[in-house]
Amino acid sequence: MSSKSDPIISGVGQSAVGKFVDRLPLLLTIDAIKDALDNAGLRVGDIDGVATWPGRVETMLDMGPVGCDGVIDALGIKATWYNGAFESAAQYGPIAGAVAAVQQGWARHVVVFRTVCQGSARRKPELFPSVQPAGLSGGMEHIIPYHAYSAANWTAQMASRHFHDYGTTREQLGQVAINARRNGALNPRAIFRDPITMEDYLSARMISSPLCLFDCDTLSDASTAIIVSAAETGADLKNVPIRIDAIAQSLPGRYSWDQPVEAACYPTGKRLWELSDFTVEDVDIGQLYDGFSFLTLQWIEALGFCPVGEGGRYLEGGHRIARDGVFPINTNGGQIAAGRTHAFGYVREAVRQLRGQAEETQVDRDLKLAVTGAGGGPLAMAMLLARD
Amino acid sequence: MTPRPRPLVDPVNQFFWQAGKAGQLQILRCQACGTWLHPPRPICAKCLSEEVAPETVSGTGTVYSVTVNHQPWVPGLKVPYVIARVSLDGVDDVLLTTNIVGERALESRIGDAVHVTFEEQDGLWFPLFTHSR
Repeated sequence: MSSKSDPIISGVGQSAVGKFVDRLPLLLTIDAIKDALDNAGLRVGDIDGVATWPGRVETMLDMGPVGCDGVIDALGIKATWYNGAFESAAQYGPIAGAVAAVQQGWARHVVVFRTVCQGSARRKPELFPSVQPAGLSGGMEHIIPYHAYSAANWTAQMASRHFHDYGTTREQLGQVAINARRNGALNPRAIFRDPITMEDYLSARMISSPLCLFDCDTLSDASTAIIVSAAETGADLKNVPIRIDAIAQSLPGRYSWDQPVEAACYPTGKRLWELSDFTVEDVDIGQLYDGFSFLTLQWIEALGFCPVGEGGRYLEGGHRIARDGVFPINTNGGQIAAGRTHAFGYVREAVRQLRGQAEETQVDRDLKLAVTGAGGGPLAMAMLLARD
Repeated sequence: MTPRPRPLVDPVNQFFWQAGKAGQLQILRCQACGTWLHPPRPICAKCLSEEVAPETVSGTGTVYSVTVNHQPWVPGLKVPYVIARVSLDGVDDVLLTTNIVGERALESRIGDAVHVTFEEQDGLWFPLFTHSR
């Protein structure tokens, strides 16, 4: 439950973000870490913990180009705790690990990073020579052989079923994309800065029905760093500490993108409120995973902003999720407009909003509590961030 | 046609990829409590029995969810094509991701009755589905 001893986010930082950033993955990562250190008012010598997801993954170097050891070596960090691992409830796994490390006293200041080079890997594949596995496994052997290569295909299956069961429409789902592009237009760091209309959305080319081009985020080069620190360090920081009120994760029995089991966001959303003294009514702002717009709809339902099945109607007209609405979401443009920072961009934006430091994308009201959800299908973690 | 990405075949799942050679669709089942186990695994999650064995199923089913893919994800991929999840008649709590093929594939709707047809590639038989009526 909420406590003054909860770990805090002391700093957030980000590298240049783009469809192609001509910079080595390790240096991109260090750009983000330096920015986060400056934001916190800390020096490299203050850092004693390092964490990342998924770590360096030899079979997917575009997704996992940099591990903890590379960063520790490059910066000469004297680490008393570090962890980088793929098998985790979602991209926020290393943040949960850092919270545990700080609470246990294993470290005082943990730098947590997420680096993606999916843009560069498309342009310069020779720099990302991933090892090809002998065959598909882990459940994917029953999905990908059917030319279902992308999470767009897997998510489209869930979306088509939601449309069928609850009468959800493309016009409703489209509000997630339109909202993202409207917010992205305000964000000088966004990849797409031109807003789109409903007409644009409905006439866009289909990727995997019912998901069109605007329902999908874009492959990016980006590194985002978050510094998780012990509560007692908060007084010495450059900026207002943001308290990590709760982190929830769950996997309801099966890890699968295609078997008949509810998406992991649903039990995770319920779990989040069991772990906090806050309720859904207390939330001021949301940063919800929009690798695909349909995942955002699921997070809105899962976190209890509306009943399951009502996500489409909640989005209708787009006014609730707009920056002047009851629940402004993805205020920097989310991943749909600002690029696939792979969830960590939401944490950076939430912290900046809560501190009133979001500049062009700042929501003009007193913000105390932000919720963020990361992942889709069997991956789900949710987090409440509070300014006390 | 673009080759299908290849599954890692192991002693537990080999039957699934070979059964189509005889025109059969087989799903692993716990012989102790009757739970269907897919993807195949060597222990029943319900009763922890290791007595698991493939059983031949009817090969008929219903479209549970469907998407028409338009994006050429890999070079040479011919689009559009249909990816679906099929619920198998008589097999509880299992869905098969598959392709719907045949003349009516692009009109596939949730609830459509379909039956299995196999496509062989390099000694593996992939279960695809086509409209029944």
